[in-house]
Amino acid sequence: MISYSEAFKNLKRKKEGALAAFIVIGDPDYKTSLEIAKRIVDAGADMLELGLPFSDPIADGPSIQAADIRALNSGMDTKKVFGFIRELREHTDIPIGLLSYFNLIYQYGIEKFYIDAKKARVNSILIADMPIEEYSAVSAYAKNNGLDTVLIVSPVTDNNRLREIAKNTTGFVYVVSRLGVTGARKDLRSSTLSLIRRIRQFSGKPLCVGFGISSPTHVRNVIEAGADGAIVGSAIVDLIAGNISDKNKMLHKVYSYVKGMKKATIKQNL
Amino acid sequence: MRSLGKFGNFGGIFVPETLMPALEELEAAFLKLKNDKKFNAELDELLKKYAGRPTPLTFCKNLSKKLGCKIYLKREDLLHTGAHKINNALGQALLARHIGKKRLIAETGAGQHGVAVATAGAKLGFQSDIYMGTKDIERQKLNVLRMKLLGANVIPVESGSKTLKDAINEALRDWTANVKSTHYLLGSVLGPHPYPTMIKFFQSIIGKEAKKQVLEAEGKLPDCIVACVGGGSNAIGIFNEFIEDKKVRLVGVEAGGSGIKSGNHASRFSDKKLGRVGIIHGTKTYVLQDHYGQIHNTSSVAAGLDYCAVGPEHSLLRQLKRVEYTYATDKEAVEAFKLLSKEEGIIPALESAHAVAYVMKKAITIKKDDVIIINLSGRGDKDLDQIEGIIK
Repeated sequence: MISYSEAFKNLKRKKEGALAAFIVIGDPDYKTSLEIAKRIVDAGADMLELGLPFSDPIADGPSIQAADIRALNSGMDTKKVFGFIRELREHTDIPIGLLSYFNLIYQYGIEKFYIDAKKARVNSILIADMPIEEYSAVSAYAKNNGLDTVLIVSPVTDNNRLREIAKNTTGFVYVVSRLGVTGARKDLRSSTLSLIRRIRQFSGKPLCVGFGISSPTHVRNVIEAGADGAIVGSAIVDLIAGNISDKNKMLHKVYSYVKGMKKATIKQNL
Repeated sequence: MRSLGKFGNFGGIFVPETLMPALEELEAAFLKLKNDKKFNAELDELLKKYAGRPTPLTFCKNLSKKLGCKIYLKREDLLHTGAHKINNALGQALLARHIGKKRLIAETGAGQHGVAVATAGAKLGFQSDIYMGTKDIERQKLNVLRMKLLGANVIPVESGSKTLKDAINEALRDWTANVKSTHYLLGSVLGPHPYPTMIKFFQSIIGKEAKKQVLEAEGKLPDCIVACVGGGSNAIGIFNEFIEDKKVRLVGVEAGGSGIKSGNHASRFSDKKLGRVGIIHGTKTYVLQDHYGQIHNTSSVAAGLDYCAVGPEHSLLRQLKRVEYTYATDKEAVEAFKLLSKEEGIIPALESAHAVAYVMKKAITIKKDDVIIINLSGRGDKDLDQIEGIIK
């Protein structure tokens, strides 16, 4: 299992940015989802961000909410999530982050969740509906189990909050590229670029930009602006949704899409 | 944030980072304005001359005789727009104007809050967009029409159970995207801090008036106060003034739907299996959910009670045993709806009928001359279509 710091160090040496790929665990079902994750790794993704499906994902747009519902309808639950990651770990050592809403962790038992995550060799946990103010509920468990804390910064986060968030981040800072929920967008606003510059004043921690990253140009732009990585989510989820009836086609499309996005992180190609 | 808005172990701020600056701004404005003379005078003027406060405390002679006690109704049904929701809508809209927001968004279940926001928006010059589940749009057609006439957009929500919970999800998503220009005018004592505290502030006028009125009428405090509890803003509104008066029994009535065992209800406190402490829509409180924390769909004849979580302060009041929580089923609420209409000439909202139903059920154990106040949180005009279907 490779740590985030090793991964970012290696990428820096190779003059590459990180490509982190997001899917919802169990979308559209456990078996297919595992195959998709493996193909994403094979296509060259540097990191995986895996979402736990939740019935009411307020930080996510329609693409990911629909993926959550597909996963839940196929019988995915928190217990199976850890089995999924253990199986995936047989295939890859790249950093794996979990994304969850707090209620799922709370119902599972906060301590048990972090222990089981460690056992499954998860690198980090991001809680979508937990601002820094509430983080004391989980921080000790993260620390005791050696799990990294990924926190979100948005364009409206002021410098005081930014400083506090950067201080408490241990994996990477998840930079939300624009206001709003997750979802593929055509444009990537210049505000993202100025946000990256602003965070850089306070923190040398790795920065990955997510929300609305859907094309190689987006990836190139954020890496050029100084980010350490780009996170692509809804665009992959849309490929899954659009090819539900043809699994081979789905796997192929996801593979070549991720491959194209990864290519855009290579700096000598800029 | 100055505070995390905890009620014991309940409450808090469980939202994406993107919403934090807006909540900080809202908290700061609320803390400043709640003691601001000019703001309060302006709100007071609106409540009196526009909304119709104070509302009367009506003695129910016929019902009292029938049930063997003294029953009073706090008449929030007589307010402009027909429910207590206008107290909060005017308060928050005024506050939003002070912090320079141009647009209001809101969720609505029964449509009463949506109508109240559309009204406040019209009166105070905001553009209003109201999210409403398509299931609720179907059963509350008249309120949809009212919102449109008041100049608001009603945005249908097709996701999930197509009710209040899903409308809140969509409103939160909208707010996340438009946080700079928009105020989210949440309708109940729910959601992240400062909403539960701020909405209690705007609704507690109900209890303040009721206390004065019952002392005038009876020369003593009531023995019992009963209110229906969806999110629980009308209940907090009337209870708050009496919390320290330990001899006053406070009862909250949740929606029992088709019965607790059926699983089709909205009784967060009465269903030991599905109703557990959890985190939803920014707050920690009792939530109807499955073993893993997926939110359970709810069911009630009263759209305004049809919600998966209860306001966090109610969770604390229950833990402290200061308020008793019980439920009335759909059937009992409909019986109470008919009874109050026939006996007193007052057609209650189906939500408020749950509180009336509790008093009917408990009538035997109530002592003669006991003084009971039922918070009649809204009027039933909006429910007539639905009642027609049920009575047939």
